[in-house]
Amino acid sequence: MNPVQYTLGIVASVATFAIVIEMLRRRRLRERHAGWWIVAGLFAIIISVFPSTLRFASELLGFEVPVNLVFFLSLFILFLVALQHSSELTQLESHNRSLVERLIVLELKVKDLEKQTSISQSNNSD
Amino acid sequence: MTVDLSKTLIVMPAYNEEAVIDQVLTEVYSTNPGITCLVVDDGSRDRTTQISSQAGAIVATLPYNLGVGGAMRVGFNYALANGFENVVQVDADGQHNPRDVARLVAELSDADLVLGARFAGSGDYEAKGPRKWAMIVLAKLLSRSAHAQLTDTTSGFRASGPRAVKLFAQHYPAEYLGDTVESLVIAARAGFVIKQVPVSMRARAGGTPSHSPIKATIFLARVGVAMLFAFLRPPVKEIGQSQL
Repeated sequence: MNPVQYTLGIVASVATFAIVIEMLRRRRLRERHAGWWIVAGLFAIIISVFPSTLRFASELLGFEVPVNLVFFLSLFILFLVALQHSSELTQLESHNRSLVERLIVLELKVKDLEKQTSISQSNNSD
Repeated sequence: MTVDLSKTLIVMPAYNEEAVIDQVLTEVYSTNPGITCLVVDDGSRDRTTQISSQAGAIVATLPYNLGVGGAMRVGFNYALANGFENVVQVDADGQHNPRDVARLVAELSDADLVLGARFAGSGDYEAKGPRKWAMIVLAKLLSRSAHAQLTDTTSGFRASGPRAVKLFAQHYPAEYLGDTVESLVIAARAGFVIKQVPVSMRARAGGTPSHSPIKATIFLARVGVAMLFAFLRPPVKEIGQSQL
């Protein structure tokens, strides 16, 4: 690995991590959605600064090509993130639906009350 | 046969039914004098809302399509908030004969949920092929879990008593097929008494029924999945107070 690649790896991983932190700071990302990205960013930083850790870990786990360990972990994390998003989407949909339910019942109540008051007003004016 | 229908709410989920809903509502009111009918306009893009309200129904217009299950949830919540004890679901396409409403409600005196069944001897509705097999298997499974002889479990013509209205306002499934199949599982597991009454079905006044074998097979698969998860889910508990 030449110095350019080494630097590029560190810059990319630090940038990823910094973006996640900055988004959290500006409240563009909520903590509970940021968990996986922070974990992924930290892994990337460790591996890019100390490539020997990757070699060591892949030897330990029996990966012949170290980069396969990276692919495996990345896929796993992305899979979990996607699953979390689907689950949150489901939750949002059901929250949305119950809001609609309440809204409609209240809307009908308002219409009913309006009708009643207009009737009682016309009765009073007679 | 006279049944008190003052505490009964007819809920009619409607999606783009402007062609027929006027006629259906007129028949509902003439066969069940004094009944309250809530049309849930499920995000229609036609004049369903205006026509229904001119015909004298209370109309809940949903901002976007929620499906039959979602529409029914609105109906159950409206019933709870306005002191109705029973809810009868009637299709807006004229398939269900409104004369049978009183018969379903009468059965609620000793049941929590009454289904209007299409194959129980009355009328001439018949399904064929995979759809029929699916319905038979479904009926067997649900009959066992409900401790009742049920033959037509996907019927949308059903009456819910006070206990069922309370439970369904919170737990009625909103997914496709959930509204018919899973709701029965929920009711059975909550220990409700489920009954069926034979009703005659008529040809739809509007819309086209689906009879292609591919659609029937997809239907079969979806029923299977819906049933599987209905039984895998934890049973829901009855709650004392209403949501509103």
